[in-house]
Amino acid sequence: MSATFDAGTFAPDPGSGSRGRMLVVHTRTETLLALRHSEQLLLTLVIPLALLVGLTLLQGLVELPEPRVNAALGTVLALAMMSTGFTSQAIALGFDRRYGLMRRLAATAIPRWLVVTGRLGGMAAVVVIQVVVLGGVALALGWRPDAGSLGWALLLVVLGAGAFGACGLLLGGSVRADLVLVIANVVWFVLLFVGGIVVPADQLPGPLGALVELLPSGALAEGLRDVLLGGTPGLAHVVVLVVWGVAAGLVAGRTLKWD
Amino acid sequence: MTGSEGRAPLRSVSGDPAVEVRDLVVRYGTTTAVDGLDLDLRPGRVLALLGPNGAGKTTTVEVCEGFRSRTAGSVRVLGQDPAGAPEALRARIGVMPQGGGAYPMVRVREMLDLVAACSAHPLDTGWLIETLGLDSCARLPYKRLSGGQQQRLSLACAIVGRPELVFLDEPTSSLDPQGRHLVWDLVRALRADGVAVLLTTHFMQEAEALADDVVIVDHGRVVAAGSPDELTTSGAEDTMRFRAPPGMDLTLLEGVLPEGYLSKEGPPGHYTVSGRIDPQVLAAVTAWCARQGVLADDVRVGRRSLEDVFLDLTGRELRS
Repeated sequence: MSATFDAGTFAPDPGSGSRGRMLVVHTRTETLLALRHSEQLLLTLVIPLALLVGLTLLQGLVELPEPRVNAALGTVLALAMMSTGFTSQAIALGFDRRYGLMRRLAATAIPRWLVVTGRLGGMAAVVVIQVVVLGGVALALGWRPDAGSLGWALLLVVLGAGAFGACGLLLGGSVRADLVLVIANVVWFVLLFVGGIVVPADQLPGPLGALVELLPSGALAEGLRDVLLGGTPGLAHVVVLVVWGVAAGLVAGRTLKWD
Repeated sequence: MTGSEGRAPLRSVSGDPAVEVRDLVVRYGTTTAVDGLDLDLRPGRVLALLGPNGAGKTTTVEVCEGFRSRTAGSVRVLGQDPAGAPEALRARIGVMPQGGGAYPMVRVREMLDLVAACSAHPLDTGWLIETLGLDSCARLPYKRLSGGQQQRLSLACAIVGRPELVFLDEPTSSLDPQGRHLVWDLVRALRADGVAVLLTTHFMQEAEALADDVVIVDHGRVVAAGSPDELTTSGAEDTMRFRAPPGMDLTLLEGVLPEGYLSKEGPPGHYTVSGRIDPQVLAAVTAWCARQGVLADDVRVGRRSLEDVFLDLTGRELRS
């Protein structure tokens, strides 16, 4: 390996790239990596799909109001947002930090807000794919949406992804990667079963039901089931999601470590 | 080689020194990592920062890059204060951090394209990948690359944006000899095109081969500075080594040498004469041996290497 270079090959010609191009390339890279990672796909797509089919077709699994597919779709959309926004995002960020990515990016001209925006852009792309795939399978299973419930559901999905995404950035950006892995998976399991996602809040024992409605998991799942079964979302659910998103986002902005 | 057709060579973007550090002090709690350090680097030159582990090299480089705050002293990088790593400065410099950095699952091309997108006029990434011998692993995820491949990708990321100033923190520590020579060729080409290069290294040979100026630091202070030539000749003495039967009386030898020359027997039978070794001294030593009836064998005359200077200044014990 030896090389000769023409004079002027490396003549300085520095400068920042365009913001738009940075954002496009960064978001594209984040999306590609999320879709290429098989464990993340299991979490974000395969498990929610299996649960959608299982909850809809297996009557005895969990007590759900009719039409079951509507309630099941609310459940799995909430799970999908938690998987993508919180667990996947936190684990990816934790390991990206361990591999020195943040330090690498911090040494380029890319502004920090754009690094965060690119990550959220990648997350948004995965969310769109989840909504399309889960919605498509729900249609095949007999879901018949109306415009009103669809609009509310999409608003809740956006708020839920934002709240979980902020929590994911907070966890992934502040502790060691191996610890992120453990915490993100344990929280996912706990919230899935006793956080109001699979088992609705009113079927949980005693004060737990009231408590989970204050969590992003409970607020999102209950809100989605309400609107998909033809109702409107309770104001409390919307407020809970907004408060979690803003609070976690503000704390993450202060604690995010760049190495 | 392509990648830059039609570009004007050596555009002087500003007349400022590339790096100017005065009396830099960096403390963490009660530890003083850098203790009153000065550096000067001008465009089109290569400055090597040498020092044992923990000498303060990386801390100094990180202060210049703007990623670490200083306790005292003044630092100007391309005429700007680097504190807080302002974007206007980051756009003009290239950084190769120690240990690299990328997404664990990203492919070589994707990572380099991402870094290139941050620059206004990047080098052709395909050409750079090929030049650095990374085309064979272009589809492997970053975490599956060898240490040397990761290091070459990191170097590519540092130079892809056509910077005026490049910081290379131990750029060849994981490379095989072929890879090391490739990086050396590249650093020489950067220098010839007017780029300023600040590199830290453990390899004396690397500093001797590349650097216009060498700064040796230890315990956060400059212990020696100058060109490799100045460092290996100034104050240093030449040595003449030879082998002969053990136990010769060296006071007799010093009697035939001019004032100020020293001789000693190291391991039995291994003799060293230190002082300025010229043909007369060489002749005097071998003639003296002949008069003793012995043949001076394996006669070698040597100047100190940069490694000798380094070890003399920083000590020979290992640092953790």
